[in-house]
Amino acid sequence: MTSSKEALAHSAASAETAPGDEPGAVRGAQVRGTPPAATHSWRSRLYRWDMKASPYVFISPFFLIFGAFSLVPLLYTGWYSLHNVQLSDLDNQTWVGLDNYQNLLSSDFFWNSLWVTFTIGVIATVPQLLVAIGIAHLLNYRLRGSTVWRVIMLTPYATSVAAATLVFVLLFSWDGGMINWLLDFVGIDPVNWRESNWGSKFAVSTIVIWRWTGYNALIYLAAMQAIPADLYESASIDGANRWQQFVHVTIPQLRPTILFTAVVSTIGATQLFGEPLLFGGADGSKGGSEHQYQTLGLYMYDQGFMIGNLGKASAIAWSMFLILLIVAAINLLLTRRLRKTP
Amino acid sequence: MTTSELTRPRAPERAPESKASRRRVMGAGKQMHAGPLTYVVLTVFAVGSLAPLVWTAIAASRTSQRLAEAPPPLWFGGNLFKNLETAWEQAGLGTAMLNTTLVAGTITVGTVLFSTLAGFAFAKLRFRFSSVLLLLTIGTMMIPPQLAVVPLYLWMSDLNWSNQLQTVILPTLVSAFGTFFMRQYLVQALPSELIEAARVDGASSVRIVWHVVFPAARPAMAVLGLLTFVMAWNDFLWPILALNQQNPTVQVALNALGTGYIPDQSVIMAGALLGTLPLLIAFLLFGKQIVGGIMQGAIKG
Repeated sequence: MTSSKEALAHSAASAETAPGDEPGAVRGAQVRGTPPAATHSWRSRLYRWDMKASPYVFISPFFLIFGAFSLVPLLYTGWYSLHNVQLSDLDNQTWVGLDNYQNLLSSDFFWNSLWVTFTIGVIATVPQLLVAIGIAHLLNYRLRGSTVWRVIMLTPYATSVAAATLVFVLLFSWDGGMINWLLDFVGIDPVNWRESNWGSKFAVSTIVIWRWTGYNALIYLAAMQAIPADLYESASIDGANRWQQFVHVTIPQLRPTILFTAVVSTIGATQLFGEPLLFGGADGSKGGSEHQYQTLGLYMYDQGFMIGNLGKASAIAWSMFLILLIVAAINLLLTRRLRKTP
Repeated sequence: MTTSELTRPRAPERAPESKASRRRVMGAGKQMHAGPLTYVVLTVFAVGSLAPLVWTAIAASRTSQRLAEAPPPLWFGGNLFKNLETAWEQAGLGTAMLNTTLVAGTITVGTVLFSTLAGFAFAKLRFRFSSVLLLLTIGTMMIPPQLAVVPLYLWMSDLNWSNQLQTVILPTLVSAFGTFFMRQYLVQALPSELIEAARVDGASSVRIVWHVVFPAARPAMAVLGLLTFVMAWNDFLWPILALNQQNPTVQVALNALGTGYIPDQSVIMAGALLGTLPLLIAFLLFGKQIVGGIMQGAIKG
């Protein structure tokens, strides 16, 4: 606690001196016109000190604030995960060792949330990235009003989780919802999107897909525009048609970017929280009547801030972190592989 | 993850002339004109992209009884202003908007300022451990916000900061992505000779930042500012833990509307519309810059 206060004081101080207000400006004015190496006066010493110290001053706000509000809490979360910490009785924190983790491993709800996170992650990420590549490919043609198309595709990105989810809740509602109404047209029976197991997972994924497809499309588009033109020229000389060029030139060239977006999306999926919370309405923190869309993030929120077991919530948070580290390690291995066989 | 991040946004470091000439070659050779089918498919996706937003407005202009009836309304009704007013009062959206503007504004200013300073140091200054520290910065992008939530919650209640805006502002005031983004931009956009010249003239680091770095960084600062504002406005997890309904941000207010026990759907839609409107307007005005920023290598927040 004290450490964060100190960090605040530090960062405030550096913020004041950094961008060139009075103290800095005065110092600058004093130095002006004096060749720095001329004498060993205090000015040149000041100048050399400025050269040496300023990089650290410039990076210190980031490291101080990030350290105080992310890194230190991360360690504290680990510490709390080894304790029994109840929201209702914060003064009594007792050491319980790995009990919280053991508790998780034997909890059906934990494994359920892991499974939910994984399945929603897959249903949300795979179609999202496939469609994004398709859209990027189309946007890469010479288009009339290309900027307008790009902005339209990105609009969902500006919509908050909360607003988007509230709209989709209504679109997916059981009676009178737009989606069931459209299904009825095609002759399909209405689906109870909120209560059904796969239906609800699909609905939550739809919100994610809607918000992030355009974003990923733009990242692919940027990568596509960096592909050297001669690759396509030689491919067309070899007689490749547009589709073959897409499969044999574009996709292989995009491989690092695809891997990158896959990892970023995986990280996003691991943290999935707002969509299922709001999709569930009044008892959203449970992730549906059968916990059918209780993701890891939601499980942590429910355990920590609804039930009030902050020690257990910390253990869930650290489990998420470990999962992400494993994903990162796999990604690193895959990237190395791909480098070796271009 | 770190390696792929390192490779991808490095592209802008190449000499600008070569990139421009490649563009031209690509325009002449590879970039084919779109056929009518392309426009048809793109239109389908554009409709999918915009329809939920347009429909939010339609639903917000109806009554909740009408929304529960079988054919969903496909055109506007006459209840829009009544619903907007109810949502505004019921969810305390006035306070929420003001709070969110304050929070997102402060976070944006802080993030842009600190990212530019740190990005400049990483791009152009030589100091011990700079490459290690840069790697560390990039690595921290992997830490999910959930990992900090429990201790932050406990500290903030110890400090009696619960429900106060600085609780939401402080942890988000800097950004690893922003730092990296500015670094990548400044490596290329800020000629080292310019800094050396200023040094020879005896300018202090602060003067250099003010008179050389900030002007050179301005386009990237604008883009980073827009991206940060969108992200800060939409932030969800920490605000709903740290703030209550008496002092909410827009997202907290919307969460309260949506998880309430007696939901009035048309009012909820009006709230969702109001909460999104400021960003949609920003998007209409600055969409091009935001798109450009993401194409330069933005990373999901």
